[in-house]
Amino acid sequence: MKDVELTHLSKSYDMQTEVLSDISVSIHAGEFFVLVGPSGCGKSTMLRMIAGLEDITEGTLTIGQKKVNDLHPSKRDISMVFQNYALYPHLSVEENIVFGLSVKKVPKTQRKKRCHRVAKMLGLTDYLNRKPRQLSGGQRQRVALARAIVNESPICLMDEPLSNLDAKLRAQMRSEIKQIQRQLNITMIYVTHDQVEAMTMGDRIMILNEGKIQQVGPPIDVYNAPANEFVAKFIGSPPMNLAKATIYPDNQTLSVVGRIHLQLPPEDIQRMGTKEVTIGIRPEHLQLATSESQQPGSSKFEVKVSHVEVLGNETLLNFEFAEGNWQAKWNGQWRVNVGDIVPLSLHYSAICLFDTTTGNMIKQPTQNEQHLIQGVSI
Amino acid sequence: MKDSLEMEQPILTDQPLSWWKKSLNIRTACLYLLPSFFLFAVFLFYPMAKTVYLSFFLTDQQGIANVFVGLENYQYLLQSESFRKSIKATILFVLYTVPTGVMIALALALLTNEKVKGIGIFRTMYASTMGVSVAASSVVWLFLFHPSIGFFNKIITAIGGESVSWLLDPSWALVSISVTTIWMNIGFSFLILLGGLQNIDEQLYESAKIDGASYLYKLRRITIPMLSPTLFFVLTVSLINAFQTFGQVDILTQGGPSESTNVIVYSIYREAFVNYQFGTASAQSVFLFLCILIVTIMQFKFGEKKVHYQ
Amino acid sequence: MNGLLKKIALYLVLTITAFVVFFPILYAFLISFMTGGELLQGNLFSKSFHLENYQKAFERLPLAHYLMNSFIISLSVMIGQLVVSSMAAYAFVFIPFKGRDAIFFLFISTMMIPWEATMIPNFITIQQLDWINTYQGLTIPFFAMAFGTFLLRQHFKTIPKELDEAAQVAGISRFKFFVKIVVPYCKNSLITLGAYSFLTTWNMYLWPLLVTNNDSVRTVQIGLKQLRTQELATDWGVVMAGVVVVIIPTLVLLFIGQKYLQKGLAQGALK
Repeated sequence: MKDVELTHLSKSYDMQTEVLSDISVSIHAGEFFVLVGPSGCGKSTMLRMIAGLEDITEGTLTIGQKKVNDLHPSKRDISMVFQNYALYPHLSVEENIVFGLSVKKVPKTQRKKRCHRVAKMLGLTDYLNRKPRQLSGGQRQRVALARAIVNESPICLMDEPLSNLDAKLRAQMRSEIKQIQRQLNITMIYVTHDQVEAMTMGDRIMILNEGKIQQVGPPIDVYNAPANEFVAKFIGSPPMNLAKATIYPDNQTLSVVGRIHLQLPPEDIQRMGTKEVTIGIRPEHLQLATSESQQPGSSKFEVKVSHVEVLGNETLLNFEFAEGNWQAKWNGQWRVNVGDIVPLSLHYSAICLFDTTTGNMIKQPTQNEQHLIQGVSI
Repeated sequence: MKDSLEMEQPILTDQPLSWWKKSLNIRTACLYLLPSFFLFAVFLFYPMAKTVYLSFFLTDQQGIANVFVGLENYQYLLQSESFRKSIKATILFVLYTVPTGVMIALALALLTNEKVKGIGIFRTMYASTMGVSVAASSVVWLFLFHPSIGFFNKIITAIGGESVSWLLDPSWALVSISVTTIWMNIGFSFLILLGGLQNIDEQLYESAKIDGASYLYKLRRITIPMLSPTLFFVLTVSLINAFQTFGQVDILTQGGPSESTNVIVYSIYREAFVNYQFGTASAQSVFLFLCILIVTIMQFKFGEKKVHYQ
Repeated sequence: MNGLLKKIALYLVLTITAFVVFFPILYAFLISFMTGGELLQGNLFSKSFHLENYQKAFERLPLAHYLMNSFIISLSVMIGQLVVSSMAAYAFVFIPFKGRDAIFFLFISTMMIPWEATMIPNFITIQQLDWINTYQGLTIPFFAMAFGTFLLRQHFKTIPKELDEAAQVAGISRFKFFVKIVVPYCKNSLITLGAYSFLTTWNMYLWPLLVTNNDSVRTVQIGLKQLRTQELATDWGVVMAGVVVVIIPTLVLLFIGQKYLQKGLAQGALK
């Protein structure tokens, strides 16, 4: 099993601006590692550097303790799935799958056996003699997947493999890819711009923005404790609500545009050491204010609803707040009309605080709805 | 970010990257480009330079440069009546053939761009002249131009006119050769223009149809602008071809009568391989090269602006 | 009604123009079957088919031998151009190296050198190599072709980059990728270029005139010139029979390859 290690990796095309700067991370063997970020953040470049399709400007890349900076892609023990699948249009599905095996000197009978095994695993057995253009998008995707796993490389790289599929198929392929990765115990490095994919598939995720690492960690940790404002905005759907806030150390309160007032523990004020902060609150933590929600550490405020989305199992309320659009997510179906005034409450334990100047997190929420199933017996 | 701090020191098998390994791409590229380069060097760059070199010399029959004469060959050419005639014939020939040829090909291409039954047969017929060689078409037209039994004179005399000595009359010879050339080039220009027309997005016409645009409006506003890169290409190729005309002159008139069809390439051929004057022939070749160079540059300079690229 | 009228008018125009354009070829066919007497009478159609003209044409000239030569030469140039141009185009599209654009520009600029301007030194070179009256003298100078390289490069560029990258990751060698992926992928443009180069080589006139001075490798085009000088004023039927023999292979090739040429050459014309 091989770890992939990136040490102070940088990439620059013109020696002036860096597309990627100082990337250091260790990807463990057998891990599903997701690189996520907005388009142009450098995630694909990073993947392509690992693959050997882009030169490394600076830093070291090691795979299984061996420096591979200048190694040819084929010598890195990797397989790769491309966004547009990169299937050879004039070759049949079977020929596409085994095309790379011939180079690796796999005997013909073996090739066939392996191809059929993979085809069975991905439900392609009936399509082996077809040409790529005779397949649906989902089937093409599976062929690309089959081609990647058939050569049994310990590391598989995927560059936005699901972005050309429709939503339903995408959800299905998400779990399929994850299952295959677990089943074959391969190291997966997966690039996506879709934070849902990142959250649902990754053992660990890395958030990139403008060529810099924002945060690395298990998806839930990233969700609960975003390292900075960017991550807070990027991970989570709908995104975290953010607004400028001011701390008044004299009466130990935090005030958001004069509408939210929260009592702060003194030790927090001391630890944070700044007055200008950004408050962040997940939409699901903005609840309807009731009489019993008036407990210490919470604040109540009223908003005018500008838009409502009832999704069947949950309801999204949109409203203007502090020069921005905020959202609240409630479970179940709620009858709220546009223009209604709704009282909301939030609790200090649920909010994040970020240093406004650096954007870094200075307080993480302590209230997370973590449910554990313990000794259920029905 | 913690991970990077906890990283264990990897064992670096760091073989210093040799120049050899880094230059892999350029070495492979050289390998792939070598045949082209070698052939271009031997049969294009070297002879072009040699042509310029020879144009400053008097040569013997084997083409060995004997006496350096500087610009005398060029001076001689400029004073030569024959060369002046040749230039005049070439320019007239270009003017006769290029605009007419392209216009006819364009008209035919527009005509066959209609989607009607059996259009394939018409396309094939229009394109057919591309499959007829210069020598073959010249021979056929030689007969069509035949003073007594040729088709044209037969028609003229049949309707009571006076037969024309197409290829023997200095005032007709160049026109006759031009007609032959236009006919020969129709196929190629037609084929390319038709291909260009078919590349135009059908939806543009559909949207114009909904707007109720007339045929001429569509032609002016959609077809011609969208076709302009192809048209430009055809024009350039026709122009260069016209400068390089040889076969039809050799078979139809041999440059005569009284040098009225002695276009430049034929003149070079005569000077070099009949009169063995390699020096002056080379000077003419340099002249031809400059002509084509200027034409190409001018076309790109003035044509490029008017051409609409997608 | 209006539509029908329009259609009739269109067919009428199409038929007339097609007849005018095709007439010289048709005329050559008709005359090749005529006897000398019929010719002088100015008939358009022969009363009966005479094949003597063809027989005579093959008797008076080694026409079969010339045809063979033309085939060998055209085929060699076609293969040579395809190999040389596609290799160069491959390098220009798939191998990144410094100065690639500059070198490509140099390639394209060769299109501006008229071949006729270089024919004197080329002739001398061929003479010195002792390649007069040889196949190599007639073929090798034409193997490198900027237009072909340009055309193929245009098409190679449409191959998604990921195909190349997938091949690299799989460890497929450049040469294998070239042969197994690029060539089949661009089959159409290779056919286009092949047909085009066969056609132009078959129809080549000036160079064969210069570098052949006996029958050994002489091509049909030069044969036509000979026929024309020999038969002037007398046996036009024989000359036309020769013409028909010479143009049939290229006409057939054109009819088969027309679709490819029409699409492929126009693509080359666009930038």
